[in-house]
Amino acid sequence: MIVHFEPASEEGIASVVRSAAAERVTLSIVGGGTRSGLGNPVRADRTLSTRRLAGIVTYNPAEMTMSALAGTPLAEVEAALDAKGQMLSFEPMDHRPVFGTSGEPTIGGVFAANVSGPRRYVAGAARDSLLGVRFINGRGEVIKAGGRVMKNVTGLDLVKLLAGSYGTLGILTEVTFKVLPIPPAAATIVVSGLNDAEAAAVMAEAMAQPVEVSGAAHLPESVGGRFIGGALPEGAATALRLEGLAASVSLRAQKLASALARFGPVATLDLDQTKALWTEIRDAKPYADGTMRPLWRVSVAPSAGHQLVAALRLQAGVDAFYDWQGGLVWLRMEAECEAELLRRYIRAVGGGHATLLRAGEGERTRIPAFEPQAPAVAQLAERLRASFDPSRIFNPGRMAVA
Amino acid sequence: MPETIGFLKPRQAVLDRRGEIIADLADLLPDGCLISDERGLKPFETDAFLAYRRMPLAVVLPESTEQVAAVLRYCSRYGIPVVPRGAGTSLSGGAIPQEDAIVVGLSKMSRILDIDLFNRTATVQAGVTNLNISEAVSADGFFYAPDPSSQLACTIGGNIGMNSGGAHCLKYGVTTNNLLGVRMVLFDGTVIELGGKAIDAPGYDLLGLVCGSEGQLGIVTEAIVRLIAKPEGARPVLFGFASSEAAGSCVADIIGAGIIPVAIEFMDRPAIEICEAFAHAGYPLDVEALLIVEVEGSEVEMEAMLRSIIEIARRHDVMTIRESQSAMEAALIWKGRKSAFGATGRIADYICMDGTVPLSQLSHVLSRTGEIVAGYGLRVANVFHAGDGNMHPLILYDINDPEDAARAEAAGNDILKLCVEAGGCLTGEHGVGIEKRELMRHQYSQADLDQQMAVRAAFDPQWLLNPSKVFPLEGRPAA
Repeated sequence: MIVHFEPASEEGIASVVRSAAAERVTLSIVGGGTRSGLGNPVRADRTLSTRRLAGIVTYNPAEMTMSALAGTPLAEVEAALDAKGQMLSFEPMDHRPVFGTSGEPTIGGVFAANVSGPRRYVAGAARDSLLGVRFINGRGEVIKAGGRVMKNVTGLDLVKLLAGSYGTLGILTEVTFKVLPIPPAAATIVVSGLNDAEAAAVMAEAMAQPVEVSGAAHLPESVGGRFIGGALPEGAATALRLEGLAASVSLRAQKLASALARFGPVATLDLDQTKALWTEIRDAKPYADGTMRPLWRVSVAPSAGHQLVAALRLQAGVDAFYDWQGGLVWLRMEAECEAELLRRYIRAVGGGHATLLRAGEGERTRIPAFEPQAPAVAQLAERLRASFDPSRIFNPGRMAVA
Repeated sequence: MPETIGFLKPRQAVLDRRGEIIADLADLLPDGCLISDERGLKPFETDAFLAYRRMPLAVVLPESTEQVAAVLRYCSRYGIPVVPRGAGTSLSGGAIPQEDAIVVGLSKMSRILDIDLFNRTATVQAGVTNLNISEAVSADGFFYAPDPSSQLACTIGGNIGMNSGGAHCLKYGVTTNNLLGVRMVLFDGTVIELGGKAIDAPGYDLLGLVCGSEGQLGIVTEAIVRLIAKPEGARPVLFGFASSEAAGSCVADIIGAGIIPVAIEFMDRPAIEICEAFAHAGYPLDVEALLIVEVEGSEVEMEAMLRSIIEIARRHDVMTIRESQSAMEAALIWKGRKSAFGATGRIADYICMDGTVPLSQLSHVLSRTGEIVAGYGLRVANVFHAGDGNMHPLILYDINDPEDAARAEAAGNDILKLCVEAGGCLTGEHGVGIEKRELMRHQYSQADLDQQMAVRAAFDPQWLLNPSKVFPLEGRPAA
């Protein structure tokens, strides 16, 4: 990756953007570049990195908020939070293993791509933790939106819009986000030997219990052995995470284990195993296999995930595991991407979307990485984009669906 | 009272065509869905921001998304402003109409369409009340989390319009965190769907943008919301303190200790007295401030959290601690708090502010608020969601005394500016509406506002949806 601009200040970025807009020079916007495989490949004249715009601006643990410049390494943010017993509740995935990239993910990149993990299902995504942003729009203006307080309905919520816009609406320069205390205790209840459909029902049952499950994943037999060094019980594993105060976690674990005992053998993982397992689920470990075999991240209603996989299996070679109670399907294809088939079946099971994370060079350029949207929504999105970046200089093609 | 907040000048061309417009709307809608006589229009002239009122040109009460689309398509073609309305409980004037506007009320679209307990979602029409959703799933052990004080009356459509919060959002978040999808009608009549039963959606977060957009981007007609398993138990505890400062720093220490209760509510002495006189909740009358802290979960979990919280409260010289021993006592503790606005309304007229400040600024802002209001010769009662810094000073005044009213409004504006200066914002959950529209410049630069207005224009280039709201009247782009 050749970086042409690395301004160390917000004004520096704004000035690069103003010249670029005047000269119609397109810009590829990167942080650490570890997630540049997300979305379609960008073809831009120049690359601008926010890496040098780094540092934690304010951190007040008692207010549970932090502000950091966009280029701050995620590791620095997490270390500072950890030192005060706090964390990012949305568990951002580390994309390096599946993409085979190296380098340091930045906090700006996390929010620009709305990167979340297993706890997203109960605690919200990155976008739900993001309280305020500063960004440079395509006219080179510094814009602020949101703030540093938990509740804020003052004006339009541009914060949500910027989260997950992959640098196509503006260049984030500073982000302010909510953090949460690290739960002192955690355990995982594992039910063994369920097929995908049974697992979906068991996870739904668990989520309906008043035990505050904070992670619900199903790891079929084909992948189960690849987690936590093969320490999961034999066969398919349906994993349910509980977090909180120690006394409460052990009580809830007992309660959940006895509620689920009728479905299959139940085991309990301790704190360390729980941490390791959910980090590996977060990072789609079985598919961080050093290959370029196509990898999809599919989001559907939790009841539909296993139906989708069952239908696909009749037509193509697929391997899959599930997070978010079955609603997040990690899907690795054995040969082709099968984009048309997959997207047709997603519509057939009630809708959702598929994001192509990884594929061979040819397929990556041919297949839109993000799910195509209804024409009226796509037009609206295009008008929105023009309202931020009228000259269309930011990350051209990144979110294109045609 | 003299009006200090302006409205857009009614379009004469629209007023001149009133008869024709009403006849056309009658053709578009089934019988009983159009109101155009003065008596029928009267209830729609204002909302819960009672100081301002305007008679709309007509009110339509569509029964389906298609009818909403037909009305909007018509209004878009003829350049007629539209003001969406749920139950009309807005505290910022978000549903107040104007003389040349058609009010689109969603009250007839009040059906729950689908309860899906496997996926824990409810699909409802926009006119369903907030409480109806929780009631529909309560027997199955679920609830819908955001619980604004007006939850008995307010609609989910209105909640989405204002991104409503409530007492329990410290743990469960506000509307935007609990909304999975909407069906909405754009001003040109196009019907779009955003999100769905999948946990996230592709593309720009239009759902997040629409939530809290105060009816300026389109009219939501259906919503898919997230349901949550009810906790095993919940227990509020009441703490009385010798000063507001002590209560404020106790809140900061609870949060700082890594304890997140479901709710931390604050009341100062005037609010305690008002609520106690009304609700007889058994609140202590010898304290300057009280906190209602609610924890939930299993017995063990509640007990452990309460012990830690009580220990922190003792460090702040807590004077009274009352743990609820029964469901009845718990309900009573909450009854006092939840009746705060109603009880205040019985003794005086009031303006309710809604600024949010960083927790570290709570004590400072509280004492400055007292000084500001006293400086105008008025009284203030404070009752608010302390856990998230969302303050609700109630400025008491006499609506029939024009000078008193003007002073109250001025004091309110000063308080909101104070909130912004303290690192907070103008409104945490009530919305900008007409009330705080001209104060937007204190929080945002012109470039910030221009960007928001450009986004708005991407949805409604004619600037006709709820046009008098949110953005200062001066400095808008030409439609």
